[in-house]
Amino acid sequence: MKVLMTEYLRINLDTENWECRVCDHVVGSASKGYKEGMLVYNRDPREIHPPIIDPDKYRFTFSPDPEWVRILEYYCPSCGTMVETEYAIPGHPPLLDMEPDLPALKAQWAQRDEVKETVVGPAVLPDQGHNH
Amino acid sequence: MKQTATQVPARKPSAEEMKLIKKFLSDNTLFLGPDPEIMQNHDLMPRTALEEESINKVSDAHTIAKIRDRLQSGCDEGYEMVEQMGAAPGAKWGDVITGVYSASGDLAIASAGGVLIFSALVHHPIKFIIKNWMKDPTVGVREGDGFIHNDSRYGNVHNTDQSMILPIFHDGKLVCWVASTVHEGENGAIEPGGMPSMAESPCDEGLKMSPFKVVENYEIKRDILTFLQNSVREPKLQYEDMKVKLFACLRIKQRIEETLNSDGPEALVSTLRLTMENVRAEVKRRISEWPDMTVRTYIIQDSTLRENCVVKVNCKLTKTGDRLIFDFRGSAPEFTNRPTNTIVAGLKGMLAQVFLCYVWPDLPRGQAAFAPIEVITDPHSIVNCSYAAPNSQSLMSIFTGFTAGQHAVAKFLYSCPEKYTKVHAPTFNMINTFIWGGVSQHGETLGNLCADLNGMGAGATVDRDGEHALAPIFATMADIGEQELNEEDVPFLQLVSKKMTRDAIAPGKYRGGQGYTMIVATKDSEQWGFMTTCQGAKIPPLQGLFGGYACGAYPLSKVKGVDVYDILLNEPAKFRHSIEEIMNDQPFEGASYTTYHMGMGFEISKRGELFMISQGAGAGYGDLLERDPAGVVRDIEEGLISPAVAERLYKVQFDPQTLAINQEATAAAREAERKARKARGVPFSEFIKQWNKPTPPAHLQYFGCWGDDVGKLYMGSADQSHHADQPRPNYMRHPKDVRIEELEARLAALGALEDEKK
Ligand SMILES: [Zn+2]
Repeated sequence: MKVLMTEYLRINLDTENWECRVCDHVVGSASKGYKEGMLVYNRDPREIHPPIIDPDKYRFTFSPDPEWVRILEYYCPSCGTMVETEYAIPGHPPLLDMEPDLPALKAQWAQRDEVKETVVGPAVLPDQGHNH
Repeated sequence: MKQTATQVPARKPSAEEMKLIKKFLSDNTLFLGPDPEIMQNHDLMPRTALEEESINKVSDAHTIAKIRDRLQSGCDEGYEMVEQMGAAPGAKWGDVITGVYSASGDLAIASAGGVLIFSALVHHPIKFIIKNWMKDPTVGVREGDGFIHNDSRYGNVHNTDQSMILPIFHDGKLVCWVASTVHEGENGAIEPGGMPSMAESPCDEGLKMSPFKVVENYEIKRDILTFLQNSVREPKLQYEDMKVKLFACLRIKQRIEETLNSDGPEALVSTLRLTMENVRAEVKRRISEWPDMTVRTYIIQDSTLRENCVVKVNCKLTKTGDRLIFDFRGSAPEFTNRPTNTIVAGLKGMLAQVFLCYVWPDLPRGQAAFAPIEVITDPHSIVNCSYAAPNSQSLMSIFTGFTAGQHAVAKFLYSCPEKYTKVHAPTFNMINTFIWGGVSQHGETLGNLCADLNGMGAGATVDRDGEHALAPIFATMADIGEQELNEEDVPFLQLVSKKMTRDAIAPGKYRGGQGYTMIVATKDSEQWGFMTTCQGAKIPPLQGLFGGYACGAYPLSKVKGVDVYDILLNEPAKFRHSIEEIMNDQPFEGASYTTYHMGMGFEISKRGELFMISQGAGAGYGDLLERDPAGVVRDIEEGLISPAVAERLYKVQFDPQTLAINQEATAAAREAERKARKARGVPFSEFIKQWNKPTPPAHLQYFGCWGDDVGKLYMGSADQSHHADQPRPNYMRHPKDVRIEELEARLAALGALEDEKK
């Protein structure tokens, strides 16, 4: 049984591993953080959030300050999918962001059927309410 | 002779003596401040004997549902009344709420529209009234009474919101309470508009109304009203909105009385109680469907609104069985003389909004949905500040706290087979708007704000882009108002309004909803000014989700030394309609063009000078290389992103003239980028060896824990810290003193200060 944990990650309850949902790569043990099985890149935030006003003229430009914050990009080492981002203070240890309780997860899914496709959730329908 | 001390065991006072001591203390309380017993508790009060008895008599689900719907529409009717008649700009856009509270003070039913957090906090002042005024012979709680309240420390977001609270009696017995709350704006604080960023102590924050009686026999007491009017900048607004709130409460009372007459008091009491108990039980059931897990995140506030610095809001969310625990320990210590602190009830109120607005919007709106969820904080922290700390800009901490919660919750929801909403990246969380004040073109003294604070960009979801300028995180059903209507009352124009700010993006497989530009200039008053109170000019106040990016940064730009109304009259071709063009082209000769962080204290403006800001984008969702190329081109066509940025980030290849997509070239460019990622990415274990540092960087003024050690809280530098359970004062220096010192040091280095006497 596999549990879809994020857009790009699932946990294989039989092997207790994180797996990439895009390329099926085994990322690593689910008793540790998935980030430990990722490639990491320290991104200058100005490359993603470009300066809108001239950085040679102005102190504030609509770009985050690269000396104040960096974007850590986590890539699947097999397919290169960007599995997660983390806006981090320079030098701040990456967060163990998802730490599942595996025995509890197994017990919970023992009562459920496997879910193989993303459950999107209910759509918000137009033409309902909001009139004044 | 040797003296021996005989140990005498402390004598325990007898029960009778204890009673006497308690009575003495309660008879001699010198000041009824905020009661920690009330303020730290957000769970439902225990079932009372009357509730028990009523439930025994009436518990049929259909009757309960029928009465609940009637009360709900009564609240909605009251909400409409306040929205239509309220004088505060906030009222007109829905920054109001009404609710029905149990006899013990719990919020059972709130209006469907409006700002839930307001009413989710009013249970605190009601419980204060019950505990202190009900039996007090000098006050009392009688039919026809009404109580007013605004002091956040007794249960409120900030002092700009005012509540009217009415007890409802049946045959002489208190059966419930009704209340109405409005973001009024003015409250006589050190700056106009009710949310001063310059407040350095609670004494700078204006009116501080602990709950007190202001209505008797359903009439506002004129002497007290006059005192309140005399304490604020907008005396007419103070009166008008007190009346509006009173009459909205009376309408809800009328609907309650109709129910009392048709179904009896037991049915009412039982409906209120069972609604809350059922919601609470349902929430525990829904939580138990989540995976047992711990999720960690943090959100950074990049300023105190006075100076840039790094202020951490740290969040660890743990779910075990049917328990859900928010642990905010490790967040920054409270600032002794900055107003961005919040009382913990405010944080909880915003977290309640995560659930009722974004996760389980199908549940009846009230206090019960958050009642079983636990919250841990450090005392004297930015998310649980003390009585002595200013908190007029608590929005900074409750909104970043909200985002931490929203970000963490999404990681639990993805795997749940049963969903009530879509998994959602964080929505933008700062009130990027102009607060304004002064004397209007009609000679009125005003102090308030533009409704654009409600135009926050929405986060992307699992299957679609975020919507632009959708709604504020504190009220998913609010409006951004009509600027033109506002301009009839105020002496300034929004020369550019609601035009999307190009390239202020949050990319992803689904991109965040974007924010729009606001350019204002005063026209018809010499006594008019603006302020802005937001963070995020250096560090985005969001995190992205599942590979999506957060928003960028949002500064304040000013153009001075120009009267743009003269330009528009004489040389209109010189005007530009975006911050990008005005700041980069500098079309007005002789003018000064400058940028700032978004904490502008109240500043008097001259006719025709430009103040320019942008609303923010919600966060993106998923890997941007998976974005449909057609979506990227649509964003170019809609002016959300420039072609060069789109091509560089999304790797979409298109014809620059026709924007026709070359699908093969796009696929190839994206494949090449995936390869490039694998080439530049470093294995985690190697990466942390060079990235991880043991302490915060020396060049940043850093507040809060570093890494996992939540016991050690930094206070501005790597060598200043305190243990989390031993708080210390945390004073910030005046930014002007800091600047003068820098400049003097430069002068001294040049030898220019040598002859100055000390
Ligand atoms: Zn992969």
